[in-house]
Amino acid sequence: MRARLLGKDALLLECDGPGQVRAAYAEARERRERGELDCVDVVPGATTVLLDGLRERERAQDSLSDWRLEEPDLDEADVVELSITYDGPDLETVAAHWGLSVEEAVKCHRELDHVVAFCGFAPGFAYVSGLPEGLAVPRLREPRSEVPAGAVGLAGRFTGIYPRPSPGGWQLIGRTDARLWDLRRTNPALLVPGTRIRFVDG
Amino acid sequence: MGERSLEVLRTGPQASIQDLGRPGLAHLGVPRSGALDTPAHCLANRLVGNAEAAATLECLDGRILLRATTSVTVAVTGARTWVRVSGRARPWGQAVAVRAGAEIELGAAEEGLRAYLAVSGGIEVPQVLGSRSSDQLSGLGPDAVSPGTVLPLGSRTVPHFHVEAIGPSRRRERLRLRLGPRDDWFTPRSLEVLTASTYVVGSASNRIGLRLEGPALRRTRTGELDSEGMVLGAVQVPPNGRPVVFLNDHPTTGGYPVVGVVLREDLATCAQLRPGEQIGFEIVV
Repeated sequence: MRARLLGKDALLLECDGPGQVRAAYAEARERRERGELDCVDVVPGATTVLLDGLRERERAQDSLSDWRLEEPDLDEADVVELSITYDGPDLETVAAHWGLSVEEAVKCHRELDHVVAFCGFAPGFAYVSGLPEGLAVPRLREPRSEVPAGAVGLAGRFTGIYPRPSPGGWQLIGRTDARLWDLRRTNPALLVPGTRIRFVDG
Repeated sequence: MGERSLEVLRTGPQASIQDLGRPGLAHLGVPRSGALDTPAHCLANRLVGNAEAAATLECLDGRILLRATTSVTVAVTGARTWVRVSGRARPWGQAVAVRAGAEIELGAAEEGLRAYLAVSGGIEVPQVLGSRSSDQLSGLGPDAVSPGTVLPLGSRTVPHFHVEAIGPSRRRERLRLRLGPRDDWFTPRSLEVLTASTYVVGSASNRIGLRLEGPALRRTRTGELDSEGMVLGAVQVPPNGRPVVFLNDHPTTGGYPVVGVVLREDLATCAQLRPGEQIGFEIVV
């Protein structure tokens, strides 16, 4: 893991793979909880963890060599079951891209190990890792002007679910009725970094 | 005595409720939001006796007309505009007493772009995730302020009537920038271009970012950057090579390289730059 400086009070930790991103994210939050790391935001990315609003950046940087970077164990409490209907408008294109039949593509997607890598784009929009390099999917050449809430799409090596209607360039393979973002809940986001997802037939 | 409130009769191109935003939720994809010219927002609040975290009105190009349902104290800071209460000229940058039923009007911005109007007691619309800020990117927080909107106010405060603001926030001609984290994605020549050029503020600029027109920065590599966390003031460079300075409603993660980060102290300048105005960059360490 290597740290890059951002502005006056942020550090960008470059990790060796998604497992280390999860580990560094968990470690940063634990250290903050224990009062050993004073920062406003801990933001995971695809291969990085951003520490923003650090009160003592140099001290934080010096502490990095002591960080525990083993990937946290799978906690059943972090598993969310999402009921999904595989009937998206791009499902056939994606299956063809993978060289599979639609049934095989659905089975293949459902059986991957889905873990929320990071959030972004919109509140509650999770970038879910699980697709291996060989199954990476290009974005649509022409993004759709409106994608409905609950649409499940693929882009690059990520699965994403639209929490609310918005424009979008991901290839849509299905949909879910789950409420990804609900301000009436104590935790409005259903999917947060580290959440494991099991897709079940809707 | 009725509810303390302000009624909106007219607005300029955009008026929104802002406080100090909702930092700390970026890992959920929630932007920080909050007043773009934080010093001006805080100053307006102090003048009317509010805590700095109280919600104010951020008025793009001024030009708002309001009616007070009860007696209130207001203060206008940020962009310089004329201020009238019931048609009479009142000072900018000072606490101004307003009687119940009187109208408060701001002229167009004469210097700067965003005027801040604080009201004694603060605007007390319900909080969303700990903040009353309207977020232009995510839609979180109250709706944009429009004619007919009634703004509930908090309890009376003790204003500072004998204090005067020194003027609009001092404007910098060159934004101070700390290079990184992805300056190595750009040619050395591009970094020279960045500091030697004058950029023009694009008309698509908004609370999400200051979009600049001018010489493009060239990359040393092709391909995509893995999405990573973005910070306030990040200068992101999309494929067209023209820098965008991220302001408070910026996305929490992004996939275009950030060449550097504008110092926090220079973001008030970004908030007050008008489309068509010029700005440069200066690299600091």
